[in-house]
Amino acid sequence: MKNIHVSTTLNGDEAEFVCAPAETLLDALRNRLGLTGTKEGCGTGDCGACTIEMNGRLVCSCLVLAAEAQDADIATVEGMATGAALHPLQQAFIDHAALQCGICTPGILVAAKNLLERNPDPTDTELRYWLAGNLCRCTGYDKIIKAVQIAAADMRGA
Amino acid sequence: MNIPSGSKQEFKVIGTRVARPDGVDKVTGRALYGADFTVPGCQVGLILRSPHPHAIINNIDASAALALPGVKAVVTSADWGVPGDEGLRDIQDNCLARGKVLYDGHAIAAVAAKDMATAKAALKLIRVDYTPLPHVTDVDAAMKPDAPVIQKGRADESVPQGSAPNITHYCEFGHGDLDAGFARADTVIERSFTTAATHQGYIEPHACLASYASDGKADLWCTTQGQFNVRELCAGIMGMQASQLRVTPSEIGGGFGGKTTVFIEPVALALARKCGRPVKIVMSRSEVFRATGPTVSSSMDVRIGMTQDGRITAGEARLRYQGGAFPCGTVDMGAQAAFAAYDLDAVRTQGWNTLTNRPKEAAYRAPGAPMAVYAVESVVDELCQALDLDPLEVRILNAAQAGTRSSYGPTFDQIGLMATLEAAKTHDHYHTPLAENQGRGLSCGFWFNFGGNTSVSLAINSDGTVGVTEGNPDIGGSRASISMMAAEELGIPYDRVRTVITDTNSLGHNDVTDGSRVTFAVGLATIKAARAAIQVMCARAARLWGIDEDAVIWEDGAAKPSGPNAGNFEPMTLAEIAAIASETGGPIAGHHESNAEGAGVSFGVHLADVEVDPETGATTVLRYTVFQDAGKAVHPDYVEGQMQGGAAQGIGWALNEEYIYGADGRLQNAGFLDYRIPVASDLPNIDTVILEIPNPGHPYGVRGVGETPIVPPLAALSNAVSRAVGVRLHELPMSPPKILKAIMAKE
Repeated sequence: MKNIHVSTTLNGDEAEFVCAPAETLLDALRNRLGLTGTKEGCGTGDCGACTIEMNGRLVCSCLVLAAEAQDADIATVEGMATGAALHPLQQAFIDHAALQCGICTPGILVAAKNLLERNPDPTDTELRYWLAGNLCRCTGYDKIIKAVQIAAADMRGA
Repeated sequence: MNIPSGSKQEFKVIGTRVARPDGVDKVTGRALYGADFTVPGCQVGLILRSPHPHAIINNIDASAALALPGVKAVVTSADWGVPGDEGLRDIQDNCLARGKVLYDGHAIAAVAAKDMATAKAALKLIRVDYTPLPHVTDVDAAMKPDAPVIQKGRADESVPQGSAPNITHYCEFGHGDLDAGFARADTVIERSFTTAATHQGYIEPHACLASYASDGKADLWCTTQGQFNVRELCAGIMGMQASQLRVTPSEIGGGFGGKTTVFIEPVALALARKCGRPVKIVMSRSEVFRATGPTVSSSMDVRIGMTQDGRITAGEARLRYQGGAFPCGTVDMGAQAAFAAYDLDAVRTQGWNTLTNRPKEAAYRAPGAPMAVYAVESVVDELCQALDLDPLEVRILNAAQAGTRSSYGPTFDQIGLMATLEAAKTHDHYHTPLAENQGRGLSCGFWFNFGGNTSVSLAINSDGTVGVTEGNPDIGGSRASISMMAAEELGIPYDRVRTVITDTNSLGHNDVTDGSRVTFAVGLATIKAARAAIQVMCARAARLWGIDEDAVIWEDGAAKPSGPNAGNFEPMTLAEIAAIASETGGPIAGHHESNAEGAGVSFGVHLADVEVDPETGATTVLRYTVFQDAGKAVHPDYVEGQMQGGAAQGIGWALNEEYIYGADGRLQNAGFLDYRIPVASDLPNIDTVILEIPNPGHPYGVRGVGETPIVPPLAALSNAVSRAVGVRLHELPMSPPKILKAIMAKE
């Protein structure tokens, strides 16, 4: 089958790429567009490492076809910072040691950002259930939960 | 929370919570992991794996695959020689099967093709003619005399004559008169336990990229815990000189011991050599589960005698571990660790390793210890219940201390077990009331820790900043702690130091990042490299001042005359000395190479509160506190992170995680959906209490901290469940159906 031409919006910029019909959006982001910040941990939607926003919704990009990005608004971890200024979540993750190996971090940051845009003041329980689709094997989640809450408080005050 | 150090040493940088140097890269997506690297012309490598748990390979016909357009090469074990070294041969045979497949998922052949679709199509065209053989995956079944024989003649010299054919290793530790010890006991309890194999569960699958030039020079980029080990193993398998293979480690997306060996790296090199193009292999999650190292599964018997006032009179453990289809010595560490927390007159542990048709075991965080300690700590707890004794007081009464002859031989130096027990005893967690169906469990944990071969180079830059080059992949924040130790020793701010992890051509050998060794051993080498640079800087100042080198000291980041008799000179800072280095003798650097000894052992105590739902058997962890001796916490955040992460892995091991094999010998849950590691909503906050009992073997008192915290959770959770609902399980994981069955059997 012929490749498909896709026009999309990626982290606020117009972007174009071609993809195979069966290609995942994760593969297109990583291999065609060079955005390797989005990670593949399982390829089956179980680990959340490839979490991105598509039209404001959280998706596992390994479960989305690249061709579905046509006319969509895609946001990845690479779009979180504003120039050199880190997003408050990114800064809180560094300041409060919420990452160890860092492979789950992009997905968790994108997921947490999406939550805080819907619910600026989540309880720990809401936060833990929201992030239940993002596996982390290093931290035991404790410092992640605390860092997100600190960032949330920071953003509410901002 | 930190309990102040007994050490008198005062620190400026050590013990602060500075930002990690890899932080920004990791929160912005800039950090490059194993699968993130590419080069022009790169081919996709893919591996064909056995659907059989045990079979003879009669023939591999790759002609149809090779005829497919876009396929560049196919390799099998025939592309390699047969190493004389048994250990290397096993690793090679695990990478590509030779003659027989030994487990479901065992690699047989690999293909390099222009893209993933072509590689997948090519795999389907490789015809393998198998003769299936009987298989065995259970540890006890594999130890029977008539079990299917996985590999003939693999017993080492430790195995007694007449043992079953799959037994490859036997060990025994202990001291004292067991019979007399048990005779002194008021109560003796003996129980048998099993634990399932669990996987390290790093979120980053194995990935590598190999480039092999026609002149025999090769480069390999990979995610690994030890690039030097990868080089040694790959060079051995490929028949290359080490100097011709440069291995560069990527950022590593978790390892926990599972990335201390090779699986795909020699295969990628073989494909790259054969097709003359770079080849990248990235494992799928299913491949990670089926074919990379889980930990051992175990079957264990433990017998312990106790007086009615709580003194342990004797302890005995028989440990049977299986480590998959190749020999492994993990049971040695279990047999040594089992009773390490106790000061015993009479103790004996015996261990057996057996082969099974399962993937080759790889190290997993304190390998061999969690299951053995689980069995011992469960029996100790049951004795406390039987004798109506406080389980924490009983641990304190029997705790190993400095001067205790350990159950595995050596006499302990300064250790922190008693301090952690006392901290747990006074912590409010231990005294908070519990409600119905809730229970509190505790367990001690232990790990040896390791030093090992280490090389570090430290350059004084002309602008007064410092570059540290080390060779151990950073798996939990070690670049921060190494920079901190360099800054502390040199007397300069942390932000003037940058630590990088380098390739195999840029430093002397470094052992793998394992054994909780990096902050200890690389830190030690960094301190000594800094001292070497300081010596040079003092000599430069002495020359400028025209005084003897011995008359110059280094203090607060500057060379100073050692006293009034040495002369009256203004101190010269590191930056001032560095700025004129070219005029005083040239560049200034320090380096250190050694096989570090003196890694202090580590103890921890965990408290767990659980609630068990009597209707479903589901266990919820309500509260969890980790107490651990860190010697000296260089960066407390990352010490806490190790304590929390280890606890979470141990909780998963206790409650959910297990390799499930069907009667057909195939792994039934090779994915994160069915192999369920703890998610955020499964866990409470994990509180931490760092104790600091300095390790005499390190200038700052540092002990490794990474592995100990996975040891206690297994028994802490089982003991808590027992106290919550009055049923004691003797197998892990304690999944809801098992707990429910036990509750219903009791009723």
